[in-house]
Amino acid sequence: MFNTALTWSDLAFLAQGAAMTLAVTAVSVTAGTLLGILFGVIRVQAGPYWSMPLTFVLDVFRSVPLLIQLVLANAFQSIAKLGWAPFTTSCVVLSLYTAAYCTEIVRGGITSVPPTTRRAARSLGMTWWQDMRYIVAPLATRVSLPSWIGLTLGVMKDSALVLWLGLIELLRASQILVTRLQEPLFILLICGAIYFLISFPIARLGGYLEKRWSPND
Amino acid sequence: MFNYTFHWNQALKALPQMLDGALVTLQIALLSMLIGVICALALTGFRLSGNRVLSGFATTWIEIARNTPALFQIYMAHFGLGNFGIHLSPYTALLVGIAFNNAGYLAENFRGALKAIPDTQTRAGRSLGMSAIQAFRYIVLPQMLRIAFLPTTNQMVWAILMTSLGVTVGMNTDLAGVTQELNARSFRTFEFFALAAVIYYIIAKAVTLAARAIASRMFRY
Amino acid sequence: MIEIENVRKSFGTLEVLKGIDLTVQKGEVVTVIGGSGSGKSTLLTCINGLEPIDAGRIKVDGTEVHAKSTDLNKLRSKIGIVFQQWNAFPHLTVLENVMLAPRKVLGQSKQAAEEMAVKQLTHVGLGEKLQVYPNRMSGGQQQRMAIARALAMSPEYMLFDEVTSALDPQLVGEVLDTLRMLASEGMTMICVTHEMKFAREVSDRVAFFHKGVMAEIAPPEALFGAPKDPELQKFLAATH
Repeated sequence: MFNTALTWSDLAFLAQGAAMTLAVTAVSVTAGTLLGILFGVIRVQAGPYWSMPLTFVLDVFRSVPLLIQLVLANAFQSIAKLGWAPFTTSCVVLSLYTAAYCTEIVRGGITSVPPTTRRAARSLGMTWWQDMRYIVAPLATRVSLPSWIGLTLGVMKDSALVLWLGLIELLRASQILVTRLQEPLFILLICGAIYFLISFPIARLGGYLEKRWSPND
Repeated sequence: MFNYTFHWNQALKALPQMLDGALVTLQIALLSMLIGVICALALTGFRLSGNRVLSGFATTWIEIARNTPALFQIYMAHFGLGNFGIHLSPYTALLVGIAFNNAGYLAENFRGALKAIPDTQTRAGRSLGMSAIQAFRYIVLPQMLRIAFLPTTNQMVWAILMTSLGVTVGMNTDLAGVTQELNARSFRTFEFFALAAVIYYIIAKAVTLAARAIASRMFRY
Repeated sequence: MIEIENVRKSFGTLEVLKGIDLTVQKGEVVTVIGGSGSGKSTLLTCINGLEPIDAGRIKVDGTEVHAKSTDLNKLRSKIGIVFQQWNAFPHLTVLENVMLAPRKVLGQSKQAAEEMAVKQLTHVGLGEKLQVYPNRMSGGQQQRMAIARALAMSPEYMLFDEVTSALDPQLVGEVLDTLRMLASEGMTMICVTHEMKFAREVSDRVAFFHKGVMAEIAPPEALFGAPKDPELQKFLAATH
């Protein structure tokens, strides 16, 4: 049969890498989403003119390669003597990167709520906060969730780049094994399969939600 | 707070070198898009062909491209193909990886665009006596191009950003590669990479704006 | 001449045409009325071969539409059809919409196609709209453009499938006027319609379809004046 030098402990090593990928993703997506909601609401409330500075900064995060952002942030933290570990730096950059995309998703969700619906809520005597909490949030979430799932998966895949700062996530772990065992194809296939197994079912769920929630209501 | 002197002059002196790198970046991005569009059209055709082998092949390609990291795809091209005795240079591996990724995303765009055009359009063409090919060529395709145009230019921006990944497989002639080489010689990491970031930003914005200008000229309906 | 002989057509288990016989002479205007689901629209799409038929045959000028040897594209270029949804080509101007098929199907020169297109568009009252994109026009205007687009192929027959059903009430008149004009010019036409007044005015014969069967066919005075079929009587009572 198939001969490989890959051992169980090597597989455990890959699993640790995958855990690191998931950890970076979880922290960044959580922080990025919270920031994204905040920025998104600010963008809608402040209007396009007053939110221009914010829009510009977020746009930079979407127009500069993530790898360059990571290198810059790492150089910056060392210059500023912040003493951040690679994990912290990675999460900070990825959180802002996530927030940049999430802001647009949130903004799209909020603006998709018809003004008449919101006016109805306000004319029932609801405060701005109540309108946001009970009317806008549930409706906007429905509209935004499929894109948000797409974003989460995007960040999960893009988190591979943190290997450049020395974090041993899934792809870096695979690369280390490749160098040691000299079986690039086999090990990379396992690595790809792990990414695929994480991403594909969630992507399908996103597609399903999009189909189910979009046109008919 | 900062016990550090910024040496921006040193970075600016290297600007010509970096701009040469930017040209390589653009070249790879454009080539990867060209290959990507051709492959994506083929994949779209395969998926519609009704042939199980062809459509299975297309689906596999598209799902791998969309569900694994772009960097993984570049690694596959660079290290993975080594198993078959194929050793690609960093340039080729980067190009193959990005083109593979582009094709997957673009094929999905094209399918969406195709679905957005109602069957009644083809029907109207056919009832005027057009052949199926004529109806596709003159009625469906131009409308599909319009719908797919902006997503395709977005993919171009992605392709430009993805070229920076080449540095991880030893690419040293594109913008990220040149910057990394300069950095390795001088250790002025922040200055060099900040300048690179500005150049990437300008390129990405220029592509986006150009795409919008072209779209508003090309699609006047 | 259009000859329809014992045509049957089913969608799945639903039989929508249960043996239709109808002959339409050159220069004749036949309107088809009936409730929805009576199969009247399906018949039109069978005549130009957009839908296959299960049994019977349809001949246009002696050519059997559903024979394998028939060049459908050539046949369709002499049978114009206009649908309920006008299906304007959104990416082309009004002029280009009308010029496309004559150029690509008939191989006409740009000049000849343009001349013809301008003539037909002027004919339907859109001479001022040549360079406009369809989405800038009302439904009635788009529908008239669709009629001009079909006419530019110099068809010998015109099929109209409920061409006013998707229009706002105030736009129906302008499209019906165009149809009246065509009828008065001697065009051979089959119109599926819900407009009874129109049917009464322009038709040589009116056919009433009910549940896939042509229940009655007669000149308008007879069909509207003295309906025989009980279903037709009910139908007319309900629409008056």
